[in-house]
Amino acid sequence: MPFNYVGTDHIPVQRKVLGRSIILITSVLLAALFLIQLLYKSDSITFGFENWRPILYMYLLWSAALCWGVLLIKGERGQRVLFVLPAFLFTIAMVIFPLIFSVYISLHDWNLSAFEGQKFSGLDNFRALLGDAYYWNSLLNMVYYLLAIVVEYAIAFGLALLLNAQIVARKFFRVVFLLPLMLSPVAVSWMIGKSLMEYRFGPAAALARQLGWETPAFFSSTEIARISLMILDAWTFIPFMMIMLLAGLQALSKEVNEAAKIDGATGWQHFWKITFPLMLPVSITTTVIRIIFKLKLADIVINVTSGGPGGTTDTVTSFIFREYRDRSNVGYGTMMAVVYLIIIIILMTLLLKQLNRWMQKVT
Amino acid sequence: MNESFRGVNIIIYRVLIYGGLLFWAFICLFPIFWTVTTTFKTAVNVTQGHLIPWIDFIPKWIGLRSLGLSPETIFEISTVRDEFLKRFVNSAITSVSASTLAVILGSLAAYGLSRFEYKLGFVKNSDISFFFLSQMILPPVVLALPFLVLYRELALLDTTTGLIMLYALMVLPIVIWIMRDQFSTIPLELEEAGLVDGLSAWGVFLRIVLPISFPGIVAAFILCLVLSWNEYFFAALLTSADAKTLPVMVASQTGSQGINWWSMAALSTAAIAPLVIIGIILESYIVKGLSTGAVK
Repeated sequence: MPFNYVGTDHIPVQRKVLGRSIILITSVLLAALFLIQLLYKSDSITFGFENWRPILYMYLLWSAALCWGVLLIKGERGQRVLFVLPAFLFTIAMVIFPLIFSVYISLHDWNLSAFEGQKFSGLDNFRALLGDAYYWNSLLNMVYYLLAIVVEYAIAFGLALLLNAQIVARKFFRVVFLLPLMLSPVAVSWMIGKSLMEYRFGPAAALARQLGWETPAFFSSTEIARISLMILDAWTFIPFMMIMLLAGLQALSKEVNEAAKIDGATGWQHFWKITFPLMLPVSITTTVIRIIFKLKLADIVINVTSGGPGGTTDTVTSFIFREYRDRSNVGYGTMMAVVYLIIIIILMTLLLKQLNRWMQKVT
Repeated sequence: MNESFRGVNIIIYRVLIYGGLLFWAFICLFPIFWTVTTTFKTAVNVTQGHLIPWIDFIPKWIGLRSLGLSPETIFEISTVRDEFLKRFVNSAITSVSASTLAVILGSLAAYGLSRFEYKLGFVKNSDISFFFLSQMILPPVVLALPFLVLYRELALLDTTTGLIMLYALMVLPIVIWIMRDQFSTIPLELEEAGLVDGLSAWGVFLRIVLPISFPGIVAAFILCLVLSWNEYFFAALLTSADAKTLPVMVASQTGSQGINWWSMAALSTAAIAPLVIIGIILESYIVKGLSTGAVK
């Protein structure tokens, strides 16, 4: 942190008072509007707005006033706060508030297509979830899909090594290898899942027939469908891991490699004794980010199998998506999502702690 | 003897490397090639498994015609084309605006966090950074249903604005992550010189830091663009008629595919084309963006 000195500019009292009053007035206004709308919506008073949109505008106004007020009160220091404040207010409004709201929804029996609206049901949704075999199955599927990262990592590392070798047209290969990452998962679902792997006319099916699989069906049995989905997802995301690993390889100093060559280490030894250990930090970063992305996997599953056959290939996200699509059951869907989030937070914290400890031991 | 053995070894090594490279290039390109060529195939060509244009089959404008974009239909009135263009424009507006918003908010926050020390009670810089970056773990599905209800109350359902705000939120941590690294590579002397010259913190940021870190900003912007252009989950839940984006349109067509392969292929081609072009032209920026976080 280089710039720690704080400017000694003197801020006049009137300016501070002005700043404070701006913040205070807009805060009171925001609270008042919110309260009025809340009372109106619960039929306690007869006036109010048609929807909550004015409250949103008020929040924007309040945010602007807060930024301005801070600038007035704190001067130089306020300028610094102003760098982080907008992003902070944005995230608070878009994440923290909806998260709290989602806990509220998950405790309700809330069906958007039903007339009655919401009804408080306590932990009923949670109990239903415990007995929902499909939900547990989708969690189990997530474990399978996560395990596929090991293979993705191996392939991506291999490709990064290839691109890092002395080759001509490196730029060409890099562009080509990167392309799948640019494609929308929805388009990929059709391009590969629904046409290349189509069981009658798809080239992949034709190839499988050539190889001796007489009735190729990539999505009709659970195990094969799961593997097909893994392949589809791997195809789009291997470039991502490859580029990060390649950056790691290029950052390894040339001297390390040369020293190993002089020592007479063979390529294989060289890789396991030198390159791989040195690449561990990059590998871990890459894998953790890949895990984070994998936990969101949904688009491909929704569009290719829509969970089929019989909901056995669902990811948590695609299952909740269909739960909402088919039954508009917001309360139950949110409960599943909240439980999923809690599981993720616990597992990720444990994983990162463990990795940290392990890395300290290794290095 | 030893020499020639070594020579053979090198040749095998070369063959393996280029074999691997070409094999993977084929894996990457074939689905794209297949989709683009299927746009020009009649049903017979699809069922017979014809692959190579002009040798296996004669290309026809059939796929683009179904979208109203072939040479002979381009000047005629076409509802399909209007629908397609509307979705395309929606996607473009949404992804560009969301990326811009995220890049502005994110770069400012990243700069502040990498240069100044904040303290608010027990909250310090590292906590604020963690607060932003931890958003990455948040799966979209957790926010999706609350947003559905909230947006309904806010009358933001099926609006581009609503989608832009969500996408900006989604890519914000990535921007902060990339830009924090970018800013930490800028030598502090430059900024100190600016401060000595009487510039304020914002003056230093706008006049000195921003121009230097421009390539990094472009890299972050493009990554955001890719993610928000391709986003399907939120768009599928939160839009229906007006603000529907291209991925949702593509997805809605796959269900009713039937034998109509060429129009699906044309639609998929159109959906991936902008990013394929961006990927080819701006590849180095994407690599730069992705590489940032990998090496510390």
